[in-house]
Amino acid sequence: MLEFFFGYLSLVIIIFSLLVVLSKNAIHSVLYMLVMFFHVAGIYLLLQAEFLAAVQIIVYAGAILVLFLFAIMLLNLREELSAEQLTDGWPASLAVVAGLLLTLMLSLGGFTTTFNGSWSPEKIKEITFTKALGQALYTGYILPFEVASIILLVAIVGAIVLAKRRLN
Amino acid sequence: MFEFLIRPGSFDLFLNIGIIILKIAVVIGVVMLHVAYATYFERKVIGHIQVRMGPMEVGPHGILQPIADMLKLFFKEDIIPEKADKPVFYFAPIISLMAALSSLAVIPFFDGFVIADINIGLLFILALSSLGSYGLILSGWSSDSKYSFLGGLRSSAQVISYEIAMGMSLVGVMIMAGSLNLTEIVKAQAAYPTGMYAIPQFLGFFVFIIAAIAETNRSPFDLPECESELVAGYFVEYSGMRFALFYAAEYIGMIIMGSLAVTCFLGGWTIPAFITAVLPFLKYVPGIVWFALKLYVIIFFYYWIRATLPRYRYDQLMAIGWKVLIPLSLLNIVITGIIKIMVD
Amino acid sequence: MIPLHWYLWLGSIVFCIGIFGFLAKRNIIIMFLSIELMLNGVNISLVALSHYMQDLRGEILVFFIIAVAAAEAAIGLAIVVSLFRNRTSPHVDEIRELKG
Repeated sequence: MLEFFFGYLSLVIIIFSLLVVLSKNAIHSVLYMLVMFFHVAGIYLLLQAEFLAAVQIIVYAGAILVLFLFAIMLLNLREELSAEQLTDGWPASLAVVAGLLLTLMLSLGGFTTTFNGSWSPEKIKEITFTKALGQALYTGYILPFEVASIILLVAIVGAIVLAKRRLN
Repeated sequence: MFEFLIRPGSFDLFLNIGIIILKIAVVIGVVMLHVAYATYFERKVIGHIQVRMGPMEVGPHGILQPIADMLKLFFKEDIIPEKADKPVFYFAPIISLMAALSSLAVIPFFDGFVIADINIGLLFILALSSLGSYGLILSGWSSDSKYSFLGGLRSSAQVISYEIAMGMSLVGVMIMAGSLNLTEIVKAQAAYPTGMYAIPQFLGFFVFIIAAIAETNRSPFDLPECESELVAGYFVEYSGMRFALFYAAEYIGMIIMGSLAVTCFLGGWTIPAFITAVLPFLKYVPGIVWFALKLYVIIFFYYWIRATLPRYRYDQLMAIGWKVLIPLSLLNIVITGIIKIMVD
Repeated sequence: MIPLHWYLWLGSIVFCIGIFGFLAKRNIIIMFLSIELMLNGVNISLVALSHYMQDLRGEILVFFIIAVAAAEAAIGLAIVVSLFRNRTSPHVDEIRELKG
């Protein structure tokens, strides 16, 4: 049964990722991306990471993609539909990507892990994933957490400075 | 979350799915009825506040008005603008309605009655309410009309800004209850001395109520759809059933926000212990009655505000969101955190 | 139990699609979307490895990646908007001269 869910989710993820890249209309690309994000959140649920699934939708779908839509609408890209979509060198990039994909597929087949940490699925289920992640974040990873908040602050300031018109 | 699917014994599986489908049907049926009559009572309440009668024609005191409205919308012609982006135009109202309806799955209406009792119920509702803004933006963009485009842009900016304030106003509740599961939040409130978090979390409650009005695009924050300047905003090109879907999504959104306020701040289906200590017979009233009563009070409050306050200007709206509500909710988080550490 | 390498395959396919989009598309907005695709491919692999190794570190890394992706999108789109102030084309291969 879980294999069935995995098959469905991965099929949709792959098809919609391709559609994001190949679609001519930027708004449609963003919508395909939205569907794909939801299915990635489904993959996270299969992996017992329900907090990350919620964050995936709140941050990616609710904030980042809306920002993309906002930018596309403000720039009004409607006339671009007839233009050439791919760069001149696209066959070369396709070859590179195909080689990379082949390497990854061959080398990752049958990959298993031998290391076992202290967070078994039963233990995470008992105290819930959100609490486990919160405890880890606020004890061992408090410095990266604060650094992430500074990165976000810098991004806010930077975005305002870049997007604002010159005052005089 | 998927445990019931891997449990051995296929009979259990079908029974479980059957029970879930039955629950969904009951919840959607009751909520849709509430949506239909929420429109009726809105017109009645606003009518009486403005010293007029409201709808009186269809049935005694206009009680059948929602049914007549529904029939009218159902038989209206479905007009699609020629230059509209058709697939997006078709899907926009469906996204709006779907996001609103899915949120109902995690709300505990009374003890033990919740469709999906998940660990991250509160985050689930926040995630879906952020998805609701897609319906508005896409309908505004795909209609290919200036008015609806401006409405869509306004709504995207407004909903994103107020979502931050709303999410952060709920953090105080999360800290106090120590859980994101809505059922457990209600149980934690029942165990708390005041019986509801609205009293210790008054700052969070205040921010949440204002942000919820903006989030559902209600007056006085209804700038995305203001009739007098944008003729109706993002759904100006929609007609017939598609318009009705937006309308239903707006009222379901109102019910969701009201239910969230009830479960997170007003004690859900429970009543405070000090009230039952004075009036013991109130213990025998079923929980759904308290839930519904609290919800009706909040919805009445929405109507009251709509009938009383004029619309805000757009820069005022943004200033309130970013310069008042977000700092207030941050202050609330800090105060709650300090008190939590001192009490423990 | 789903084998671990299925998740890793899925992650690498999404990552490769993202690389192709980034290298081959002319529209700068689609290029940004492709970066998000690549990040998502990596996230899938990290969460899967973290789950199978019974260790939370991968999931914490994903949390930070999502935060940094938000910052990156904000800055990136601000750059796109300021780029459009100078020339109204979303095509990166037309932006060749350094002097603005």
